[in-house]
Amino acid sequence: MLRFITLRLLQSLLALYIIITATFFMLRFVPGGPFTAEKAVPKEILRNLEAHYGLNKPLHQQYFDYLGRLLHGNLGPSFKYSNRSVNEILADKLPVSIELGLWSLAVALLLGLTLGIVAALRRNTWADYAASTVGMIGLSVPTFVIGPLCVLAFAIHLGWFSASGWYVAADRVLPSLVLGLAYAAPISRLTRGGMLEVLNQDYIRTARAKGASELRVVFRHALRGGLLPVVAYLGPAIAGILTGSFVIETIFQIPGLGREFVTSAFNRDYTLVLGTVILYAALIMALNLLADVVQAWMNPKVRLE
Amino acid sequence: MNPNHSPGTLEGEASAEPERGRSPWHDAWLRLRKNRLAVFSAYALVLVALACLAGPWFSPYGYEETHLDLGATAPGLHHWLGTDVLGRDLLVRILYGGRISLAVGLSATVVALTIGVIYGAVAGFAGGLLDAAMMRIVDILYSLPFTLFVILLMVFFGRNIILLFVAIGAVEWLTMARIVRGQVMSVKRMEFVAAARVLGFGRRRILFRHILPNLLGPVIVYTTLTVPSVMLIEAFLSFLGLGVQPPMSSWGVLIKDGAEKMEEFSWLLIFPGTVFSLTLFSLNFLGDGLRDALDVRSSKD
Repeated sequence: MLRFITLRLLQSLLALYIIITATFFMLRFVPGGPFTAEKAVPKEILRNLEAHYGLNKPLHQQYFDYLGRLLHGNLGPSFKYSNRSVNEILADKLPVSIELGLWSLAVALLLGLTLGIVAALRRNTWADYAASTVGMIGLSVPTFVIGPLCVLAFAIHLGWFSASGWYVAADRVLPSLVLGLAYAAPISRLTRGGMLEVLNQDYIRTARAKGASELRVVFRHALRGGLLPVVAYLGPAIAGILTGSFVIETIFQIPGLGREFVTSAFNRDYTLVLGTVILYAALIMALNLLADVVQAWMNPKVRLE
Repeated sequence: MNPNHSPGTLEGEASAEPERGRSPWHDAWLRLRKNRLAVFSAYALVLVALACLAGPWFSPYGYEETHLDLGATAPGLHHWLGTDVLGRDLLVRILYGGRISLAVGLSATVVALTIGVIYGAVAGFAGGLLDAAMMRIVDILYSLPFTLFVILLMVFFGRNIILLFVAIGAVEWLTMARIVRGQVMSVKRMEFVAAARVLGFGRRRILFRHILPNLLGPVIVYTTLTVPSVMLIEAFLSFLGLGVQPPMSSWGVLIKDGAEKMEEFSWLLIFPGTVFSLTLFSLNFLGDGLRDALDVRSSKD
């Protein structure tokens, strides 16, 4: 187990290094820079700016400087927001995205697991069909259609929520529901499939034969095996929820990391883009690793190399 | 069991009248026909595709034809789905946008399909160290936050439509490679491959004549399921303002425009959103139906 975690950790670090390097050089080879604006900046000022941010040094020097600072956890100064460091900006925006992500994940799990379990237990009844229809809607109607429609219905016409912003608790409801719904769909399908497979197995029949109640059979015996595919999916799902928040944050005008990323890319704010990419990549990899470990812990049969 | 593995294929090749027994493809076709939702989806898709291709010719309105005096009008007799703020006919714009959305969906899928099938087949057929190395690469790529890179690519290198195909296709080939490799691994251990080997056929003949045809089922299924996910990425990028650029339009662009003006002109959001969702719905249902009909086991990545 320890060996597996170490190996995966090393692999993730390698991938992270590749990402950092690829992004760093990609940013430098694209047309335009952080100081190209519609209004041309005088040459001297441009030179001073570049000197200030170390952009006048040779590229490989910049690269090693960046890596050196990164090892100390310093992501450098932002190019567009003067006097603010990337660390500050990320510390400002990340909690918002994480909060949105956690609420959405809660919605996705609650809805997806419930639908999936009910569908598996009541196979081929109306409950099953209803659950799979909800799943299909979640798969086929993208968040950027459901999102604005929800705003239209619940915020503008019914006036239950405000259409945008992130100030009071009620502002969390619509974005989390919309983002969570998209991921409830695959979770319910996976749960249904996993549960159906498990419910046919001998040990479930044994449990039933010994007089265990239906609730006990489901929660004590079946769920552990039936949820394995869901756990395997959680890594990619969390990654999706994190990046999916780009659209949600745009629709609901939430001051999170997703919106900041797109803006910073447009601004050519090299350090901010790079910092965001590193943060996202590290988060996603850590969560993937965690999902693998949990999966192994739940099922001794999953062989770890 | 994949129907193609059944010994029927072998007998069919050997006997003089291969059409006597029902081929596995015929079986699959019969199963698919029984699935009403899948059949309905197939018809709906054909209808949408035909409408997008031919529809604009029958419309009295041009796609870029503005009527500023008209402004945004609600759906009515003259403009069935209404007009946008520039007085452009929404129906025609949806049909034109559909051409782009469907074209992006198909072309990027072809890119993904080509890379994925070749990569997966080579890895699966070679086996051993080469396979291990190739699949490790896929694993690493899988864990990358690709959405970020696609966004960066689109922002930096001008939003050009060819790049869009390539970027999306490059993301989507990974799943295809995994599926094809898994399938090759299982097919190559089957008895008919051993038989072919015993008969002294070369590697190339075995790969092309005996293994590749048996990949068709899963490849068809996942191609059908890749198209909607590609269209989703395209629309996602367009929604962020990074995809298809004006004067070209796609369903994603129309949804984005509609979402901005939905407070006053809700039809601008509702119609494009409905058409887009219905298309994805049909593609997903058809893919699911094909999976059941061809009896492809769902792969757990």
